[in-house]
Amino acid sequence: MAASGNNEVFAPWKDRDAVPLIRIDQITKRFGDFTAIDNVSLDIYPQEFFALLGPSGCGKTTLMRMLAGFETPSEGRITIDGVDMASVPPNKRAVNMMFQSYALFPHLSVWDNIAFGLRRDSQDKDQVAARVEEMLKLVQLSQFARRKPHQISGGQRQRVALARSLAKAPKLLLLDEPLGALDKKLRQETQFELMDIQEKTGTTFVIVTHDQEEAMTVASRVAVMNNGQLVQVETPEVIYEQPSSVYVADFIGDVNLIEGSVAALGEGAELAWAEGRASLIGQLGAALSKGQSATFAIRPEKIAISSDEPLDRRNRVRGKILDIGYLGNLSTYHVELPEGPVVKCEVGNRSRIERRDFTWEDEVWLSWSDTAGLVLAR
Amino acid sequence: MRRLLVAVPYVWLVVLFLVPFGIVLKISLSDIALAIPPYTPTLDLSEGWTGFKAFLSQLDLENYVFLTSDDLYWKAYLSSLQIAFLSTFFTLLVGFPVAYAMARAAEEWRPALLMLVILPFWTSFLIRVYAWIGILSTEGFLNQFLMWTGVISEPLTILNTNTAVYIGIVYTYLPFMILPIYATLEKMDGSLLEAAEDLGCSRMQAFWLVTVPLAMPGVVAGCFLVFIPTLGEFVIPSLLGGSDTLMIGKVLWEEFFNNRDWPVASSVAIILLLILIVPIILFQRNQQINKEADQ
Repeated sequence: MAASGNNEVFAPWKDRDAVPLIRIDQITKRFGDFTAIDNVSLDIYPQEFFALLGPSGCGKTTLMRMLAGFETPSEGRITIDGVDMASVPPNKRAVNMMFQSYALFPHLSVWDNIAFGLRRDSQDKDQVAARVEEMLKLVQLSQFARRKPHQISGGQRQRVALARSLAKAPKLLLLDEPLGALDKKLRQETQFELMDIQEKTGTTFVIVTHDQEEAMTVASRVAVMNNGQLVQVETPEVIYEQPSSVYVADFIGDVNLIEGSVAALGEGAELAWAEGRASLIGQLGAALSKGQSATFAIRPEKIAISSDEPLDRRNRVRGKILDIGYLGNLSTYHVELPEGPVVKCEVGNRSRIERRDFTWEDEVWLSWSDTAGLVLAR
Repeated sequence: MRRLLVAVPYVWLVVLFLVPFGIVLKISLSDIALAIPPYTPTLDLSEGWTGFKAFLSQLDLENYVFLTSDDLYWKAYLSSLQIAFLSTFFTLLVGFPVAYAMARAAEEWRPALLMLVILPFWTSFLIRVYAWIGILSTEGFLNQFLMWTGVISEPLTILNTNTAVYIGIVYTYLPFMILPIYATLEKMDGSLLEAAEDLGCSRMQAFWLVTVPLAMPGVVAGCFLVFIPTLGEFVIPSLLGGSDTLMIGKVLWEEFFNNRDWPVASSVAIILLLILIVPIILFQRNQQINKEADQ
């Protein structure tokens, strides 16, 4: 996440005076009968690390390709830095893209790949060379400059692709699933490297990914997309803690969803979910009226598990342990409630040798605070 | 068992290349004779070692010296080289756009297009060349068509000229040019062109800076596949060419069958082979480099 120099939090989207770098204005894109992007409007600000997140086929790649100029919108307008992009071809845009396949030129060396874009601007030779060396240093590949792409590893190729797309110092860098081809460990390391480089260069990054963890880690804001529409655009914290819909809550991280109807609306909301049981209490996450059917969303790590009834909490349910998953850093309990739903609950394993309090078939109490859960429209 | 497998290609090479080559080489060192076979000496094993020595002593390089004394031969070699070079160039000129168009066609169309390129092989090569006589002759379809449209008033003389030979060669060898180029273009990642555009290339620049270099292995392979057989081509020049079309394949045929001078014909063939070895070795090296690059 890009942070500004002083202690102020970087949040230009909250600043009414901030001028967005990219304005996506009521964009629609149709391929024949299929609507890939359905009336999307979005502002992206300078120096943001913006993530487009969604399942495959949600339109995130199409949206990005329109920013690069490889697709033209069927309706609507895109402006970058105040200039309408409608008639600007890809090679005339101050936008560079890092391709999912990296698209490194196999007949050129690492050095020539990075120099490729610079040479098109007919800069003089020394300038090109200096810039290429600078980029090689940035991605720590100086000793591989003479190699061909097929002679280096996947992780190195990824960095060459990044260096090549940054070489022309674009106003906007687009990254199409940049880490998809790397293994998990390398991916996590590279995520932090990407953030470092983004901060160092001050370039605006737009990343497309289907990996919610990746989006959460690197991005200053995340746009969750589904069926060609933006479902929610917010910071990772808000997306996780205040999802605007069941779709977002379910797509980002793990969540327990309990169906019911709104019983009362006060400071929070109460959800009647089973005959003869106390209502579940949570925060109101959407505009709802009394009696409307709704969903209660609660994250597994916000649920406490105990053998005795926790009388100090209003949200408490009793159930039987169905499954235990030991993940090392935490344990997951699947607890079946007699009313039907199975609730997932995560407990951190803080000390190394922990007494296992619970085992299969144990009767346990699950509880959570009044503010831990959200009541969302179904 | 493993040795046996390795031996198969060697046996193949020895029986079908080295032995015939040795025979031709021997004939090229012999003298013409009115006999069957029409050359002397022939090896008579019944006389043992002395007979073999006498046989060896009768071989000489006389025929090769003869090839240098008559300018027909070196002119034929040069003219063959020229025709092979030019027709390879024309085949490339026609073949590359065709291969490019095929590789860029919609995926469901490609097998059909590929089939169309290969389809002519289903008819005899000879019949296809004869068909060109019908098209190119003074009363042929081409002249009739051009006169009907009013482009020309007098029929063009194309048949029995070098132009007809070029047309015949380009037509016949076009698939050998198209197929390797198509193979390299078809496996090219489309995002490379997008990347080139993204980095500031126009479409035209992207074509010259990315598509052409990446198609180079296919272009080189195609050029060799056309050049090598064209150099020794006999059927096309003798059917479509005129009396002034000089090609070494034709000379070779005339030496063998008109003059019945097997020794001179053999020496012509040996020289042709030596000329061909250079491009063949280059071709092999090109294939080797590609193989290494693919790994």
